[in-house]
Amino acid sequence: MDFLSILSIFVLAVFVGYYVVWSVTPALHTPLMAVTNAISSVIIVGALIAAAAGAITEGGGLSQWLGLLGVVLASINIFGGFAVTRRMLAMYKKKDKKPAASK
Amino acid sequence: MEHAVAATPAWAVLAYLVAGVLFILSLRGLSSPETSQAGNRNGMIGMLIAVGTTLALHPTGLPLIIAAIAIGGGIGWVIAQRIQMTAMPELVAGFHSLVGMAAVLVGCAAYLNPAAFGIVDGTGAILAVSRVEMGLGVAIGAITFSGSIIAFLKLSGRMSGSPILLPARHVLNLGMLAGILILTGVFAFDAAAGMGQGPLLWIILALSFIIGVTLIIPIGGADMPVVISMLNSYSGWAAAAMGFTLQNTAMIITGALVGSSGAILSYIMCKAMNRSFISVIAGGFGAEADAGGPKGAAIQKSYKAGSADDAAFIMKNAESVIIVPGYGMAVSQAQHALREMGDLLKKEGVSVKYAIHPVAGRMPGHMNVLLAEANVSYDEVFELEDINSEFGQCDVAFVIGANDVTNPLAKTDKSSPIYGMPVLDVEKAKTVLFVKRSMGGVGYAGVDNPVFYMDNTMMLLADAKKMVENIVKSLNGGGH
Repeated sequence: MDFLSILSIFVLAVFVGYYVVWSVTPALHTPLMAVTNAISSVIIVGALIAAAAGAITEGGGLSQWLGLLGVVLASINIFGGFAVTRRMLAMYKKKDKKPAASK
Repeated sequence: MEHAVAATPAWAVLAYLVAGVLFILSLRGLSSPETSQAGNRNGMIGMLIAVGTTLALHPTGLPLIIAAIAIGGGIGWVIAQRIQMTAMPELVAGFHSLVGMAAVLVGCAAYLNPAAFGIVDGTGAILAVSRVEMGLGVAIGAITFSGSIIAFLKLSGRMSGSPILLPARHVLNLGMLAGILILTGVFAFDAAAGMGQGPLLWIILALSFIIGVTLIIPIGGADMPVVISMLNSYSGWAAAAMGFTLQNTAMIITGALVGSSGAILSYIMCKAMNRSFISVIAGGFGAEADAGGPKGAAIQKSYKAGSADDAAFIMKNAESVIIVPGYGMAVSQAQHALREMGDLLKKEGVSVKYAIHPVAGRMPGHMNVLLAEANVSYDEVFELEDINSEFGQCDVAFVIGANDVTNPLAKTDKSSPIYGMPVLDVEKAKTVLFVKRSMGGVGYAGVDNPVFYMDNTMMLLADAKKMVENIVKSLNGGGH
């Protein structure tokens, strides 16, 4: 892929992001931040490449350890971010079934 | 660059694209609470695909990698289970710092071992365009890291929320920013840097760590909702920059999504406080950050104080009550007692609604989470613009732990520091019940609130939780 194709994807994704995020209800803005946090840790892909390549290339030692540390940090975020989002979202309940006397 | 294309098979490119689409769907799911959990699942599946694809493409060094994932995943999982909902802002700030640091580490790893990332030309030098992306990615990542650490320290109370103003800080920050950009340009065309030598990247890195600190320390506690959203945005741009380096669509799409998400949230928060983004960044606002902290000046004006029994009696005989919770409510952990009070009132046939100002909590949507945790049904919770017209017809506005967001001076007094900020029109209700620890304290902005002294206002001076519990007791006692 050349630079311009990548740039095109990026620019289009910014617009998609703009419209998708405006459609998020304000009540869920905290879970939104938690989940964006988790997905931005897709940067783990780069850390994995460094960690894997460092194991086979000569002189890749430092790069491998930086990659592994990156994997640890990104994993904290991925597991922590998705889990805490799930915990929050599970609390958003509508209690129509309750025998509320009136509304 | 052709070299890199050949290195990634078509199936993998498509898999990363699928992951990117799933991330879009995960945010889309948050448009309503009903679809939100499915959205979160989409995010997890997307992440699984992205990680799985990468491991399949680079199946070496697996034992260490799996150990690293297990360690990080375990830590993250435990944190997520234990964290208090009131501490969500500092948790998110802490998580942002990790994304920033991960971006820095990936950038440095790519610089040290560029062949592994497929970003070298025929002579073995790192491509100039990759060096620009690398320099920017590392810089944004480092700013996100150190800025988020400061935000974390401020939000968790480990560091004072008051602004720290360095002399000539604007010149200093702009100078460092210019320095980073110029050095990135030099870095792209420096022959030694292309071979992975020379100190340029490390200087860029060091400057970025410093500017992250100097950018955030002058920003006061009241502006933290903007800061945390802004850092959210930065963490996205850092991921996107790394996505450019790696030519990875999943990372680019995600980075763009997160970047725009944080930017939009910053905009919403700025608007809710009637502050311009520039003035927030410039800092210095909200010198007194401790909500409810005692402030000197004794106030002489007369007000009407009431008891829990009075409040219970008034609300029981009302037809409609709108509850306006603020951060003070969360600080005293009154949300569960508050929900119980709401339930009892509903049993008496009173209509109960909650009105949330966008900056009621410490981060966007924070108050909604706190109420949801206390089992308040989300269809009873309304945003400012949806409920503000209803105060005129409602019998009781019950304000608890909020102050500035109810101050009518924001609409009338041009000299007030909060002039122009959208506020909840509580003064239009037939009766205002205002729970407050004492008459001495003022809100973030340090402004007195004329609502306290209105004829139809009854001040309930006590700790928020204790007051609500006493109201609940009174409602229980009198009801049977």
